[in-house]
Amino acid sequence: MRLLHKLTWAGAALLAAWPGFAQEAGTAVEVSEAAAEALPTMDKGDVAWMIMATILVLLMIVPGLALFYGGLVRAKNMLSVLMQCFVITCVMMILWVVYGYSLALNGGGALDPYIGGFSRLFLSGITTESMAATFSDGVVIPEYIFICFQMTFACITPALIVGGFAERMKFSAVILFCILWSTFVYMPIAHMVWYADGLLFQMGALDFAGGTVVHINAGIAALVGCIVLGPRIGYPREAMPPHSLVMTTIGAGLLWVGWFGFNAGSNLEANGGTTLAVINTFVATAGATLGWLAVEWSGKGHPSLLGAVSGAVAGLVAVTPAAGLVGPMGAIVLGALAGVVCYVFCSSVKHAFGYDDSLDVFGIHGVGGILGSIGTGILVSPALGGVGVDGYAMGHQVWVQAVAVLIAIVWCGVVSFVLYKVVDMLVGLRAAPETEREGLDLAEHGERAYVL
Amino acid sequence: MKLIVAVSKPFRLEDVREAVTAVGVQGLMVSEVKGYGRQSGHTEIYRGAEHVVNFVPKVKLVLVVPDAAAAPVIEALHASARTGKIGDGKNFVLPVEEAVRVRTGESGSEAL
Repeated sequence: MRLLHKLTWAGAALLAAWPGFAQEAGTAVEVSEAAAEALPTMDKGDVAWMIMATILVLLMIVPGLALFYGGLVRAKNMLSVLMQCFVITCVMMILWVVYGYSLALNGGGALDPYIGGFSRLFLSGITTESMAATFSDGVVIPEYIFICFQMTFACITPALIVGGFAERMKFSAVILFCILWSTFVYMPIAHMVWYADGLLFQMGALDFAGGTVVHINAGIAALVGCIVLGPRIGYPREAMPPHSLVMTTIGAGLLWVGWFGFNAGSNLEANGGTTLAVINTFVATAGATLGWLAVEWSGKGHPSLLGAVSGAVAGLVAVTPAAGLVGPMGAIVLGALAGVVCYVFCSSVKHAFGYDDSLDVFGIHGVGGILGSIGTGILVSPALGGVGVDGYAMGHQVWVQAVAVLIAIVWCGVVSFVLYKVVDMLVGLRAAPETEREGLDLAEHGERAYVL
Repeated sequence: MKLIVAVSKPFRLEDVREAVTAVGVQGLMVSEVKGYGRQSGHTEIYRGAEHVVNFVPKVKLVLVVPDAAAAPVIEALHASARTGKIGDGKNFVLPVEEAVRVRTGESGSEAL
């Protein structure tokens, strides 16, 4: 999703005049080579792949992420987590087509380095003939599928934050916060990183599929959230073990499968580069699972299933910014490192500080995302098997990556803090203590997950 | 008549049932319970965080036998439930005043 620029068409006349867009199946159209070079091409293979990839990212959220998180909470809060993931996804979809796409991935006049404008409000002016550029010169995909693909990213990012304040935040506050957060954090950061005129894009920061925009962003927002809300009642004195690691494993598996849409889809075409993202999404995840297990097994004496699936997600996060940029061996190294570092973070650092990041969103998505973003700057090096970028110098690239990460951390941290406070004033962040004790399922949603 | 309450490790249940059946017990009640004795629970580890779980799963058997049968039943319970490791459970024996079979109205040892 290193978005280059959207093609702006002079008018529909050009499209209508070009037979490639007539979409008459079965009609053999002879286009001379000169004409093919001159006119952007839409390939049905690309379009089919992007539709598939987009749907795979939806699978990551519902039910993937929802089950992954759901299994980790106590049985009395199972539905609240499923509900939050599901409804956030729906709200973000509406937000995205009303103004999100316009603000995040379109030109913004004077504020263009930071945020887009309102030129595409309600998707104004977009038709089935509208095309978006890919990374290959002269290859385009329909703008509608581009919008949808990006929409799923806007959906999953706030849903990831849920894990930070799980089991204690009011449903109304969750939804209100996510609307504000998406508007004031996600959209500007997505614009800065992925839009051709964006600040971080211009700096040359590499973020193939959203390490900064999605994972660091969500991780920081979750960290700020869990600190602002405070720990769950009884934490850490009471044990709060996951209520169903079976659900969590199903969720993790769906996340992995869906992540191929997320990472490989970010190439916007179906070509060789896409397959690099595919293989990296396999092996980085495997490396991370084994990395996490190795330190856990040697340190605690037990190789746990939760460790295996947590390691897998850490690897998926770390390879996200790197997916189409590093080589498969580099991806294994990056994944294994993420498994080890995230394990240390979740098992030691969190407890040392005492904050209650309930489902380790910061420990896995924040830390894994930072590691992945910095690591991308190193492993993209052709000498290390990466694809390289124009004028690559490792020191400079790592510096650029670090600055981009820092800007995202500061922006997201500060704005998220303000937004939590605003939501607290408007509707109150925390569920009442008796609600929290009884469980959000029954108190907030009026139903139980398991009626046995 | 004696009421015997036996707490045991869940995986011994089938052996225990066979053993008491072999010494003439014709019925018993079993429930899944949680508790702790000297074993005082076990440790679970989630993402590196250790939780001590005090209450561990056990099965509780309740059976009522004629006075004369109490000793062999206790012996059978002991032999079948024992693994020699901590957490094997405990048996309690209490006197029973009366027993009634609902279908026939029989009472005392006849009802067992």
